[in-house]
Amino acid sequence: MGSITDLLHKKYLIPMKQVIDKPSRKKPAEKLKEALISNFDQSQQAQGNLLTVKQNALKQFELLGFPSLKNEEYKYTPIARALEKSFTEEEILTSNTTPITLTAAQLKDILPQKIEANVLVFVNGRYTESLSKLISPKEEIVIEEFSKACETHAPLFEKHFAQYASIETDGFTAMNTAFAQQGVFIHVPKGKAVEKPVMLYFISDTTHGKTFTNLRNLFVIGENSQVKISESFYTFGKEISYTNAVTEIMADQQAIFSYYKIESESDLALHTGTTQIYQKRNSISNCTTVTLSGDIIRNNLNISLDDEYCEANMFGLSLLEGNHHVDNHTIADHRKPRSLSNELYKNVLDGSSKGVFNGKIYVRPDAQKTNAFQSNMNILLTDEASIKTKPQLEIWADDVKCSHGATTGQIDNEQLFYLRTRGLSEEDARALLLYAFALEVLENIKIKELREQLDKIVAARLHKNFE
Amino acid sequence: MLIIKDLKASIEGKEILKGINLTVKPGEIHAIMGPNGSGKSTLASVLAGREEYEITSGSVEYLGNDLLALSPEDRAREGIFLAFQYPVEIPGVSTTNFLKTAINEIRKHKGQDALDAVSFLSLMKEKMKLVEIDQSLMSRSLNENFSGGEKKRNEIFQMAMLEPKLSILDETDSGLDIDALKVVSNGVNKLKTKENATIVVTHYQRLLNYIVPDFVHVLYNGKIVKSGTKELALELEEKGYDWIKAA
Repeated sequence: MGSITDLLHKKYLIPMKQVIDKPSRKKPAEKLKEALISNFDQSQQAQGNLLTVKQNALKQFELLGFPSLKNEEYKYTPIARALEKSFTEEEILTSNTTPITLTAAQLKDILPQKIEANVLVFVNGRYTESLSKLISPKEEIVIEEFSKACETHAPLFEKHFAQYASIETDGFTAMNTAFAQQGVFIHVPKGKAVEKPVMLYFISDTTHGKTFTNLRNLFVIGENSQVKISESFYTFGKEISYTNAVTEIMADQQAIFSYYKIESESDLALHTGTTQIYQKRNSISNCTTVTLSGDIIRNNLNISLDDEYCEANMFGLSLLEGNHHVDNHTIADHRKPRSLSNELYKNVLDGSSKGVFNGKIYVRPDAQKTNAFQSNMNILLTDEASIKTKPQLEIWADDVKCSHGATTGQIDNEQLFYLRTRGLSEEDARALLLYAFALEVLENIKIKELREQLDKIVAARLHKNFE
Repeated sequence: MLIIKDLKASIEGKEILKGINLTVKPGEIHAIMGPNGSGKSTLASVLAGREEYEITSGSVEYLGNDLLALSPEDRAREGIFLAFQYPVEIPGVSTTNFLKTAINEIRKHKGQDALDAVSFLSLMKEKMKLVEIDQSLMSRSLNENFSGGEKKRNEIFQMAMLEPKLSILDETDSGLDIDALKVVSNGVNKLKTKENATIVVTHYQRLLNYIVPDFVHVLYNGKIVKSGTKELALELEEKGYDWIKAA
């Protein structure tokens, strides 16, 4: 590991502690890794610089492989083992070659109906034009398939692609960088406030078999421009799906953006995702991650505040039941003075579900006058549900305001009793209290129809209708 | 309306109420006074249905039915209201927000149609005037960062909205300055009819200058040791509770 000063010269973020597995150790899913690697040349469309980037990522993936539970960053989340158990080499390589048969009618409850938005639908990683619509003018925002953007917007694309999400420590990001062909490239030119939101839907359709999908998004948000972007993940069919999604977001000076990640996949869905955000001076990011279901889900939200007066708001809600396992890792990396990060993650855990929260705040030596706040609140509804929560603050500057806190408890009996003495049934009172708990996160979603859609799902989950 | 007979209640094996007898008729105001730890708040809680208390003997008849068999929500729907000594804070739930559900649950119980949004709001406006409560409190998280006075006003406001038959005010005067006390008392008095009854639980006599009781009972060590009229309260104020304890 290099010194801190060395690290500062790298644009992307490197955890302070190197946490990669030792090469000698037997790692899970090695066969899957080998199969993927042997198929690399065949799978590539990339050329030139892009190919070089991908080849480097491939080497790194070969080195890192899939993280085992011995890897500190993945110690509670056996995603690699689940992949090993769920997929054969054959299944990985032939996945996503089946025809796309999903229809608009099947997606009626998922896709927004009334809202004026740019809607892009990807089924098993492939862009499905018939289900999508783009309405914003091209001079206001460029929205392009990832696979096309590397040609049509080559200079910009190459300038930013794989510049922020580090392949050095995370095997999933390395795999994604090497293999992902599909996703969305968005560029908001300087000074544009995009009026209509961009709503991305990534659907795993397992009707024809298991799916294994790498998705890659790159959002370049220009100086003084504004945009709202959502990513929603859904599953169809009754087979196992695996999605590995990496999104890089570069917010230039004075840019303001909202980013929502909604996960409502099946109980068999495996998901790893990294959202890597790089912020310049005076920029503001508003991120909300909502997870409603999934077998094993791992989200990384890493924000690098690499200039003065940046603001990063990070909200998260996981509403889990059954055997759902959701792991949220976040990093607020304060690299320069006078920036603010504010984080609130909440979990409601029912059944035998498991939650993991790890929130890192780095305040680098230069980052004086940093304000960094973090809070993690959890409600366990059963004795079987569990949460592992770990705030991790690493602070090298001395003039900063940082705070963190974590609470875990049950529904408050006093609150329950109070509402019942006003005539609410126990069930209604419970639902109201849980909804109120969730609301503090949900209210940060500023795309109205998306918010309403989530309200509906949350209401159904709590068996209650909230007007 | 309410007939309590030989009521005994304990919590975690400790007996708090040791045989309470009390009868309340429609239109009456009863004050229950007593020193700290005498069981006043326990009595209020037991009547509202707090489940932590175990009823070890006795009965409570309310409007001819067995009150103790009802859940807290059914008691509320049947017209019992408890104004809490320490109203809880509920982040994310506003007064407006839960009262609408509450009122409509009670209306449903009575076989009435649900109130629509417009009627609900106009009802709120009318009742807000009664306790001089500010509109802004209605949409804020319940009791969160409310002052002591605001919390108590909000309790009486809810009482006004729910129009109970039997109201139990648990130390509503604690934490109130004299001005707020007058406002709250005035609200309670305006809500008084010949049909409804009120039980005022208090440590001090001052509240009873404004909410004038028909009967005053002194609770000590889990029992009502003395009953009388409003003059008894004045006597207590003057002599303190030691006089009762000694007796």
